[in-house]
Amino acid sequence: MNDILIKFIIASGTIGTMFGVAGFLTWVERKQSAVMQDRIGANRATIFGFKALGLFHAIADVLKMLSKEEFIPQGANKFLFNLAPYLSVTFALVGFAAIPIGNQLVISGKVIELQAANLNIALIFIFAMMSMGVYGVVLGGFSSNNNYAFLGGMRGAAQMIAYEITMGAAIMGVIMVYNTLDLQMLVRGQGDYMLGGWLPKWGIFCQPLSFVLFLTAATAETKRTPFDLPEGESEIIGYFVEYSGMKFGMFFMADLVETVLVSALMTTLFLGGWQIPYLHPDGFHFPWGGMIAMSNWPVAALGVVAFFVKLSVFIWLLMAVRWTLPRFRYDQLMNLGWKILLPASLINIALTAIVMTLLRQTHG
Amino acid sequence: MDNPIEKRRLELEKYFDAKSPFALLRVAQMKRAWKHKNRRELTWWENTYIPTVVTGIHLTSKHFFHNLNLHILHLFGLCKDQKAAVTYQYPEQPRPLSARTRTRHRLTKREDGSPRCVACMMCETVCPARCIEITAGEHPDPNIEKFPQKFVLDLGKCVYCGFCVEVCPEDAIRMDTGKLNTAEYSRESMIYDKKRLMDE
Ligand code: SF4
Ligand code: SF4
Repeated sequence: MNDILIKFIIASGTIGTMFGVAGFLTWVERKQSAVMQDRIGANRATIFGFKALGLFHAIADVLKMLSKEEFIPQGANKFLFNLAPYLSVTFALVGFAAIPIGNQLVISGKVIELQAANLNIALIFIFAMMSMGVYGVVLGGFSSNNNYAFLGGMRGAAQMIAYEITMGAAIMGVIMVYNTLDLQMLVRGQGDYMLGGWLPKWGIFCQPLSFVLFLTAATAETKRTPFDLPEGESEIIGYFVEYSGMKFGMFFMADLVETVLVSALMTTLFLGGWQIPYLHPDGFHFPWGGMIAMSNWPVAALGVVAFFVKLSVFIWLLMAVRWTLPRFRYDQLMNLGWKILLPASLINIALTAIVMTLLRQTHG
Repeated sequence: MDNPIEKRRLELEKYFDAKSPFALLRVAQMKRAWKHKNRRELTWWENTYIPTVVTGIHLTSKHFFHNLNLHILHLFGLCKDQKAAVTYQYPEQPRPLSARTRTRHRLTKREDGSPRCVACMMCETVCPARCIEITAGEHPDPNIEKFPQKFVLDLGKCVYCGFCVEVCPEDAIRMDTGKLNTAEYSRESMIYDKKRLMDE
């Protein structure tokens, strides 16, 4: 009973927090783009004269969407049309279950992993869920009885397939280095040190090429500029062209949730998840000698904080990319996916294999 | 050989041999060759998009961090002289207008408060939008012949060309109120009469 309760708290905490972060991103997106472009950004929504840097715009947006008409076009498949946005959001959210947000916590002798689902195939689980997300896009486009929506859905499907493969191939290198599919184990594996014990053995240092490839493919996975062809705001409006009200809002949220998800995944795979350099379960051990002893609770808390700091770095990066680059042309997108990224990720696998064999030979 | 058409034909033949079984392929090749005639081929490194992506992100992040730092300093009341945004918060903070900007009209007054206008009809005649309507009346002062009994200006039609100001012999109409936000709920209230033009 206690176990279930604890699991429930961790699961709802993780997913609730991530959903909250995604909602917060609507504000981040507006403000970051504004500051980037020498503007101020949304700052008009007030509650009792408080502006709170425009934070209330997120609430205002939700209220607006909830109060709008939920329009279902004639000839649409009502069931699938209503189902599509839920699929999009759900599959994007479920992926967080396997993300470890912290190391273990010890409460009265009981070890609690700060991960909603301790799956030993966590990575495969997340990838499966991300691939399922495309069903929302395709169904949305397919069921609205609109050619533009259909086009958007098809583009989405083609893009997802192209980039999902690259994504999968890119992380092969990481899996080979850490020798596990369990994300918690993978993060623990990143707690080692290289180069005489001062450089943390993080994915980004072991697998730089894999990192760049994954970053690109993940940006494509979120369906945001420069890979927003399924939406194509300026010409085809995309798979959700017939959606209004909160259902449109859910597609919109799904994009942001996916942004958070791929950021979390990149944090876990390449930036050592909750790892802080030189922080061990009993405190800091510095390579130049000396240590600061710490008990379990502060260490776990620091880990969670580190995870969210790294997460925000990636979110910032994805937002910066989204507001900097123009959209790819469709043929450029396909060329990039199939002709550059996929071969490069295959080369990366081969290189990793060779280097690892050589290292094993030399170290015996 | 000097014939440009002949020259073009020869140039064409280099790419295109109609008898060849690969004619279609050649056409495609030719089109590509012409399209890229004046373009530099991108190098391999440029084709990976990495250099342009990095330059772009560097540029936008430079703006981002510069502005963010200023915003934070402004919170503490520092560096107020440097602006973190180029925008104006419009209704509260209007954009500065230059002195010669043509803004909403007004009718100037004499010392006794009556309009300076002598109802000469110049403005009504010159107005390209035909939005001025004047009814002249006889002025009690014999030195002044006429005065406008009715002076109506339809701002819904006005194109703000300023001709009326240029043409007025009495400096009676000016466009220097600095008001640009003439917004009303009906067309009728866009029509300004003498009183509104003098007092508002
Ligand atoms: S500004 Fe031009 S259009 Fe407007 S009233 Fe004067 S002459 Fe007519
Ligand atoms: S031109 Fe001047 S004086 Fe003549 S009618 Fe117009 S405002 Fe009056």
